Amino acid sequence: MAISREEVKKVSLLGRLLLSDDELDTMTTQMSGILDYMNLLGEVDTERVEPMAHALDVCDVFRDDEVRPSLSRDEALANAPNRDDECYLVPAVLGEN
Amino acid sequence: MALIDRTATELLAELESGNVTSVEVTRAFLDRIEQHNDRINAFLHVDAEAALDRAEQIDRRRRDGRQIGPLGGLPVAVKDVLCTRGETTTCGSRILQDFRPPYDATAIARLKSADAVLIGKTNMDEFAMGGSNENSAFGPTRNPWDLQRIPGGSSGGSAAAVAARMTPLSIGTDTGGSIRQPAGLCGVTGMKPTYGRVSRYGLVAFASSLDQIGPLAATAEDAALLLEVLAGHDPADSTSIDRPVPDYTATVRQPLEGLRLGLLTEHFGEGLDPQVEAAVREAVKVYESLGATVKEISLPHSKYAVATYYIIAPCEASSNLARYDSAHYGYRTDQKQMMAELNAQRKQLEEAGDEEALDNLDNPLIRMYRKSRSEGFGPEVKRRIMLGTYALSAGYKDAYYLKALKVRRLIRDDFDRAFEEVDLIVGPVAPTPAFKIGEKIDDPLSMYLFDLYTAATNLAGIGGISIPCGQSREGLPIGLHLQAPPFEEERLLRGAHMFQQATDWHTRKAELG
Amino acid sequence: MTKPYEIVIGLEVHVQLDTRSKLFCGCSTEFGSPPNTQTCPVCTGTPGSLPVMNRKAFQLSLKTAVALNCEIPRFTKWDRKQYYYPDLPKGYQISQFDLPLSQNGYLPISDSKGRFEPKRIGINRAHLEEDAGKSMHDEAAGKADSRIDLNRCGTPLLEIVSEPDMRSPAEAKAYLTELKLLLNYLGVSDCNMQEGSLRVDANINLHIDTPEGKVATPIVEVKNMNSFRAVDRALEYEAERQYERWQETGRELGKPGGHKTTAGWDETAQVTRQQRTKEESSDYRYFPDPDLVPVTTTEEDVAKVRTSLGELPAALRARLEQTYAITPYDADVLVNQGRKVVEYYIDLAEACGDGKLAGNWVQQDVLRKLNEDQIGIEAYPVTAKMLAELIGRVQQGKLATSRGREVLAHMIDSGTSVDEAMKQMSIVEVDESALEDLCRELLEANPRVVAEVKEGKAKAIGALIGQAKKKNPNVNPGRVREICLELIEKM
Ligand SMILES: [Mg+2]
Ligand SMILES: [Zn+2]
Repeated sequence: MAISREEVKKVSLLGRLLLSDDELDTMTTQMSGILDYMNLLGEVDTERVEPMAHALDVCDVFRDDEVRPSLSRDEALANAPNRDDECYLVPAVLGEN
Repeated sequence: MALIDRTATELLAELESGNVTSVEVTRAFLDRIEQHNDRINAFLHVDAEAALDRAEQIDRRRRDGRQIGPLGGLPVAVKDVLCTRGETTTCGSRILQDFRPPYDATAIARLKSADAVLIGKTNMDEFAMGGSNENSAFGPTRNPWDLQRIPGGSSGGSAAAVAARMTPLSIGTDTGGSIRQPAGLCGVTGMKPTYGRVSRYGLVAFASSLDQIGPLAATAEDAALLLEVLAGHDPADSTSIDRPVPDYTATVRQPLEGLRLGLLTEHFGEGLDPQVEAAVREAVKVYESLGATVKEISLPHSKYAVATYYIIAPCEASSNLARYDSAHYGYRTDQKQMMAELNAQRKQLEEAGDEEALDNLDNPLIRMYRKSRSEGFGPEVKRRIMLGTYALSAGYKDAYYLKALKVRRLIRDDFDRAFEEVDLIVGPVAPTPAFKIGEKIDDPLSMYLFDLYTAATNLAGIGGISIPCGQSREGLPIGLHLQAPPFEEERLLRGAHMFQQATDWHTRKAELG
Repeated sequence: MTKPYEIVIGLEVHVQLDTRSKLFCGCSTEFGSPPNTQTCPVCTGTPGSLPVMNRKAFQLSLKTAVALNCEIPRFTKWDRKQYYYPDLPKGYQISQFDLPLSQNGYLPISDSKGRFEPKRIGINRAHLEEDAGKSMHDEAAGKADSRIDLNRCGTPLLEIVSEPDMRSPAEAKAYLTELKLLLNYLGVSDCNMQEGSLRVDANINLHIDTPEGKVATPIVEVKNMNSFRAVDRALEYEAERQYERWQETGRELGKPGGHKTTAGWDETAQVTRQQRTKEESSDYRYFPDPDLVPVTTTEEDVAKVRTSLGELPAALRARLEQTYAITPYDADVLVNQGRKVVEYYIDLAEACGDGKLAGNWVQQDVLRKLNEDQIGIEAYPVTAKMLAELIGRVQQGKLATSRGREVLAHMIDSGTSVDEAMKQMSIVEVDESALEDLCRELLEANPRVVAEVKEGKAKAIGALIGQAKKKNPNVNPGRVREICLELIEKM
């Protein structure tokens, strides 16, 4: 197994997913299979190769510091799962994080 | 010939000459949707009334002799991953089932100002993750050529809609083959433009450094018509390129003189269905008969494309999909029930006196995130979030993500070298014709390997097009894949058109009875 | 300072850059608008939206970095810092990770009262990033939901990370004061702590001398300190706390239980409170933001910025001390008032040719007035030229300093010139003969005084000066005394 069930569990918290025990088992098997395949890259010599994060080498794209109209509050909150007159509402945010 | 059986280019001529109205054309396609969408499930939303109103306006303006945009009242279907202001944009996901964007994607705005009639939003693999359309939260799209089979994906709805003649034109998005592969499996023409050619603003991101919007249509001519409207610089997208857009429709009919084709050795190896290979080799002969010279070329790193792609794309996806936390929009789990569960768990642990577990128990906020996301996302999306999160996490980032970025560079270099010797690279677009729904559903890796021939195009950021070049014994379409250097969309379209002048595969139509 | 340990402090300062619009969208950065009225698809992380970099924000960052003596790499990029929090709608903050726009700079600090030796505080890096929104939780309401306001999302911040070079809360405070002053001189931020335009986090631990040699206590990051004074106190408190804690537990940096923790400063209780954080939350999974392209900077760009900086506080202090012969303390007071006050002072000093005197008038009279009326020097009604004229009269002994103050007050109220003010106050110069006559009268009328003076009690003259003033308020008391003494001599 390229990845353990415990690691998968940890990653699921990091990615804010909640997996049932069955899901954890399947996920562990499938991820292991996929990660094994990924190890194919190990055989490529990438010494002195520049990582390529963008498809094109474009640089220095800016906008001018100009104020544009914002959304109205109702437009902004229109898709909120839970809201009051002014704000988005979420379960209590306490000391943590 | 019935309106729905004509190409967009033919219809446009008829519209401009006043022989038909946009309302007539639009109604014809709406009727077709009405008849067949139940079975094919290519469309997620169709607003017939809005479409007809729009067509009506365009007709009126045309009657009044006013200036009409280049799409002159032609229906266009749009993959449900492009934001349409005030209209549901689901991305094929439960988590966005009720999401109504407060703005139009740039591509949508361009279609509107070009006087397209937006006829509906098409089905797709959830967040464009998949190659079969089986990952839609709203049921799979079926291949018009065989309803038991997949249409390909992730733009399966857009491809099937054109193949089923429910629309003359549609828009898809391509991150690892998601336009070209379904185009191939559905027997239509589909192009993935160079990265940066079409603005991504308003395209709900899957993998931002790979995503690109492109046209699907019956012919290269029609694709040119649509690309000309979509392409161009957009100040709202930092990665869209500021360079002039060629007049694709004017040049598409010019054959490519002294065309040098590169036949990609690596793509004729194991895993390639012999029928597909035969069709592709036959297509190459057609090009030779048209005066093209063909030489075998090698992209030594192409065999790493899938591994590289399935590291980079999930990494970016895991980040792009972090925003679906149910705090500001999108699906949220039932909070009361969630709190009840959480409290029950706490009580249980307290009774068991399990301090450590208590310590690690989610707080309500984190539990809301986790539950909403787990209920809102389907299995494939979860899998990719997991892969990406893992590949970026401390201790693994260098081995997976960084390594993949370096191999990506090598893949790009391969193409640059190859294009010094050839004008277009030709090969199969998919290893086999459309497979049966459910066939690969439990084997994600085999599903991923289906992108073997298309993923490298996106990694390199270049353009590619898929055109019909044959049929299997079962009468399933087979696609030919052409790839060109950056910003050579014109070359792709001309190359595709000259093939379609010499063949009739693109005119074959799926029988829906 | 006989404590058996050394305090080690590093500061992370987040400064809001003075732009009209946000870092990646056109929403206004105006402070204090009603919740969720300054957002758009981009800053709320609405699906499909994309960021585009604000040029002004980058230029202001570059300016600051150069002023902080930083190296400016030719190439810089933007990364996603990933964590989940409801005031961070994208699930990541656009920031800079391995290639910040600047690094390896320094800021010199000193104390004009000499409480510590002048020193350079190293700047590890300064990078550009976006601010998050605001989550409001009503503790009283207990279980109630938290309310999220995204107005502040995407506001441009420059994060300035110092090296752990400070050895006392006093040094930390001096660093912050000097940094704030520098940012003011550069005009890159208003540094208003109340409005959150300047926020400070401190990393602090102790190096304790033990018989076995030096040991380091676990590093604590102290947050939510809302004033420089709070920083001072929080650090004092935290240092004490760490020492006591170490005595109890013996916990050391890098040993079991020695990992870095976070604490919040409780202003009302005046204590730091440890916050518990799960280690998983610290895996930010940084990677380059594919939606933003890198930025390149040339030698020429940097040179251009350097010439645009103008004279900065340290250089200005030195110049004032040398050119106008004032003390480091006075130079400090003046420079801390900002560029405009310094310019006023320089005009004044040049005009009246006495830097020290000019300094006294600015500090004792001008600044007091500015404070009383809460106005800036540009709103001060008396120009440097006018004030110089007034001071001139005093220098020539034509006005007593006290009388001069009254004239200045009148000039401020009436907005008139020195002469006009003096006329209106009917201050006219009394000529010598008139003054002599006056003195004679007084002496004749007060033989006793004359007698006492002759007996050697010169100070008896004092009585006459009072009377002289009654007869004519414009007489110069010093002169009256002199003349009287001369006359008595001759008697
Ligand atoms: Mg920061
Ligand atoms: Zn905004």
